Amino acid sequence: MSVRLTARELTLAYGERTVSTRLTVDVPDGAFTAIIGPNACGKSTLLRAFVRLLAPASGEVAFDGRDVRRHHPKAYARTVGFLPQGLVAPEGIVARRLVGRGRYPHRSALAPWTAADEAAVTAAMSAAGVADLADRPVDELSGGQRQRVWVAMVLAQETPYVLLDEPTTFLDLTHQYELLALLARLRDEGRTVVAVLHDVNQACRYADHLIAMRADRVVAEGAPADIVDAALIQEVFDLPSLVIPDPVTGTPLVVPSL
Amino acid sequence: MRAAVDRRAVVACGGLAVAGLALAFLGLSHGAAWSTPGEVLAGLAGNDGSVVIREWRLPRVAAALVFGAALGLAGAVFQNLTRNPLGSPDVIGLDAGAYTGALVAITVLGGGAAALAAGSVAGGLLAAAVVYTLSLDAGLSGLRLVVNGIAVNAMLTALNSWIVLRADLDVAMAATGWSVGSLNGADWAEVRLPFAVIGGFALLLVALSRAMHQSALGDELAVTSGVRLARLRLLLVVAGVGCTATVTAVAGPIVFVALAAPQIGRRLARAGGVPLLPAALTGAVLLLGADLVAQLLLAPVALPVGVVTTAIGGLYLIWLLITEVRRR
Repeated sequence: MSVRLTARELTLAYGERTVSTRLTVDVPDGAFTAIIGPNACGKSTLLRAFVRLLAPASGEVAFDGRDVRRHHPKAYARTVGFLPQGLVAPEGIVARRLVGRGRYPHRSALAPWTAADEAAVTAAMSAAGVADLADRPVDELSGGQRQRVWVAMVLAQETPYVLLDEPTTFLDLTHQYELLALLARLRDEGRTVVAVLHDVNQACRYADHLIAMRADRVVAEGAPADIVDAALIQEVFDLPSLVIPDPVTGTPLVVPSL
Repeated sequence: MRAAVDRRAVVACGGLAVAGLALAFLGLSHGAAWSTPGEVLAGLAGNDGSVVIREWRLPRVAAALVFGAALGLAGAVFQNLTRNPLGSPDVIGLDAGAYTGALVAITVLGGGAAALAAGSVAGGLLAAAVVYTLSLDAGLSGLRLVVNGIAVNAMLTALNSWIVLRADLDVAMAATGWSVGSLNGADWAEVRLPFAVIGGFALLLVALSRAMHQSALGDELAVTSGVRLARLRLLLVVAGVGCTATVTAVAGPIVFVALAAPQIGRRLARAGGVPLLPAALTGAVLLLGADLVAQLLLAPVALPVGVVTTAIGGLYLIWLLITEVRRR
């Protein structure tokens, strides 16, 4: 397993409030990693540290062995893309324009729009299933459509690493599975995908690698089939459950036994 | 599709430019007596009556266009920074701060044009720093910053009145006439330096514009797509305050243009966010139009243009406040 993106002895805090202490995590290359855990256990905060949005209180987040904050901002943005939660589009912008903003790190301040930019936007929109929304103002779209437009924007950034913070929020069931399948497809194309996911069963079905967190620490790491059992679910979520093979895929399926 | 949106923006900007030129021609024709189009063209070409056209009327028309564009740019910059249509320098106290700086420069330092300009910029930046510090915990964007700005604006306006009251009579009289914002008596000697300064800031803004629009996606995406946010914000504040304070130093605080021009321009161009070029062109058209109204309304008495913009701007501000508060 080759690894380029790592966190070592990472302590993360917002002001006085410590979110996680001494985390050590590797992001396996070319895999789909899902971070799972209860609310407020520091999942999103860990992602934010990976994309330079949060300076660690101590420890280091490194890419290719060098502190991520010492990489050139635009060069790093061409390598690692991020989809945060709770985005608000600029008023009146149409979908295709918004997706085009994903090209920012590939363009210099005054460079014109190129055929490569155009191709990346078209490909990203069709991959995210929003090609038919191109001319629609984003503020007129439904929550689910909007979320998929944002996903397309991050895809247009054409980064080998794609990090997503709860990307399935606001999506209906069908679109949740479509998005997860899209992320798996990106992995098949050779990209590295890291997503914070709420649904453990979805994570087990689509991810190659799970990072299970609870209250500021990593409880377990590994392939879903290797680590997910009733004991882990009890420890991470305080939830008694049965873990059975998913009848469709054979991956672990958590059935609460409350 | 990209082409279709671009076409709309191009048509809007072209239309605004034509409107600006038409108003400019009207402005050049207007004086103690109206000139015919032929006389204006002859004057511009340097023939008969060229002193009236080129030395008296042209500087005022050019000042209205350039200052209007500068105010439109400043408005667009701050509305982008705050992600709020109310976050304009005239509303959040930066114009008042620039005016305070200018007043201090005249009354205390007794300085000339350069001291006045420097005082304006310093005052504007100081006001920006105060508003920003007050709003730190709520973040740079949002209604909170605007409300803090309105409060700072009110206090600075009171401070400005106090400085004028305490000043010597002649300084006070000049300051009072100037406090409403006026282009009366603009001449080339007075506007040459401000034009150059505004041109410099405008070039800086052209270079920053793509990063500025990227930052309108929110801090997180701005950072993760490679924007150096802290540096960008600092440069934007300097350029925005620079534009508005330079205008204030010469013409006094002219409100409403920076508030309304970016929003009108945005709607005309149907663009996302608050684009700079439509804002600048709309600002130029608005200020020149307002200045013509100010000259014609009670002719032969020329009103200061600030009276006209304040009257219209007050109504617009009330409407905007109501819709903004409802939206949240």
